[in-house]
Amino acid sequence: MRPSTEPQAVVTGAPVTTEPIIRFQNVSKNWGTNQVLKNLNFEVAPGEKVSIIGPSGSGKTTILRILMTLETPSEGKVIVGGDTLWDVALGQKVRETKQLRETRRKIGMVFQQFNLFPHMTALENIIEAPIHVLGMNKAEARERAAELLNLVGLGKHMNHTPPQMSGGQQQRVAIARALAMRPKVLLFDEPTSALDPELIGEVLSVIRNLAHTTDMTMLMVTHEMRFAEEISDRVVMFDNGAAVESGPPAQIFKDPQQERTRNFLRAVLQH
Amino acid sequence: MIWDNNFAVSIFPILLQGLWVTVQITLLGTLLAAVLGLVFAVLRRLAIPVLSQVVSFLVVFVRGTPLLVQAYVAFFVLPAYGVSFNALTTGIVVIGVNYSAYMAEVYRSGIQGVPKGQWEAATALSLPGVRTWGRIILPQAIRTVVPMLGNYLIQMFKDSAVLSAITVVELMATAQAIGSSSFRYIEPLTLAALLFLAVSYPASRLVNRLERRYAPQH
Repeated sequence: MRPSTEPQAVVTGAPVTTEPIIRFQNVSKNWGTNQVLKNLNFEVAPGEKVSIIGPSGSGKTTILRILMTLETPSEGKVIVGGDTLWDVALGQKVRETKQLRETRRKIGMVFQQFNLFPHMTALENIIEAPIHVLGMNKAEARERAAELLNLVGLGKHMNHTPPQMSGGQQQRVAIARALAMRPKVLLFDEPTSALDPELIGEVLSVIRNLAHTTDMTMLMVTHEMRFAEEISDRVVMFDNGAAVESGPPAQIFKDPQQERTRNFLRAVLQH
Repeated sequence: MIWDNNFAVSIFPILLQGLWVTVQITLLGTLLAAVLGLVFAVLRRLAIPVLSQVVSFLVVFVRGTPLLVQAYVAFFVLPAYGVSFNALTTGIVVIGVNYSAYMAEVYRSGIQGVPKGQWEAATALSLPGVRTWGRIILPQAIRTVVPMLGNYLIQMFKDSAVLSAITVVELMATAQAIGSSSFRYIEPLTLAALLFLAVSYPASRLVNRLERRYAPQH
């Protein structure tokens, strides 16, 4: 028996006029008996900047990881750019299909721990996939990598390896690396959580710049509430494997409708 | 029996020839073991049905039986089934395969030591499997196990004396031959031991330095 105030799992944000670029249909994810996603229905419009907030363990990151094919959903269907990424009903669960690999190329990801390749320079990190996945020639890939490094303010660090760089610099290289694949959707998994406080600003400013200047779809899990408020078209509050509330940042942060959102925001904003 | 300096000097060049054979066995055997061990480690990790099990069994089998027995079987039994090479080639293959089983375990630990995030980044960039292994995972995995592989090289250098049992004329067999023909063992065996030490001691110092240099980066 659900009380009538219990939010539905269906999340529709700002009026979506075009076909959504990301669509989760009845997606669940179970870890043993623990259900981290509960029958999620979730859509993101092309170009939309969406922030996902909520307590840890609420399933936020799992959404990104399913999109990046780092996790398999237990149930449901995920469609990206009109192509099926996952469809558990088709038994497409264990094996990597060609369809999955091609659909995955539309998506890029920036990790909490950067995950740069430590034995390669910043430039090598960036050109690796464009050359060996997109088939770009080396000169073109290098030129583009140099542009991207300039974009993230690291033009002079081209030949440095990750161990020679600060966390903030590594994360900016990681953003450039993801951009080099020209993704339609860019996922950010708590991109500043592993950084020292004084380095957070430089990474946020790169992401802010991207949010304002590109039509890329961005989906970000973050604990930086002010930042989420500033750059997002829409904020989704997650708790306990389900979307509790979704809306424009002004509404979510200034006038949350749900008790759980209010409690969460009160807890994270008072310090 | 008293040490005879003149005799020692006279046999030294022959022992050096034996040492050279031992060094060749070690280098070629290590090369074979390093390549084969890497192939085994990757095959096991890929978890290909049947093939991975066969490799696992092979590794267990090789590790569970004495090198001497393997050498005897290869040299005295296999020719009866039409597989026959000279003693030196047989010796190198036997010791190489034997050590590949140990090196496969070393590589496995190296591969396991590569953080999960490296695999995830490769997936996120849609890198093909061959490229992920060849450019991302193995360079990091091998880097951390170079010192351990070096230790196995030194161990193989000493273990190769076992191959004297299948008539490979390496350092130990040379010393034995001098002993049995001259009835003087003290000089050839002492010199053989010193020659082994003269190579293995600096080599292990070198491995110690590698250990410091190739400390994990993470």
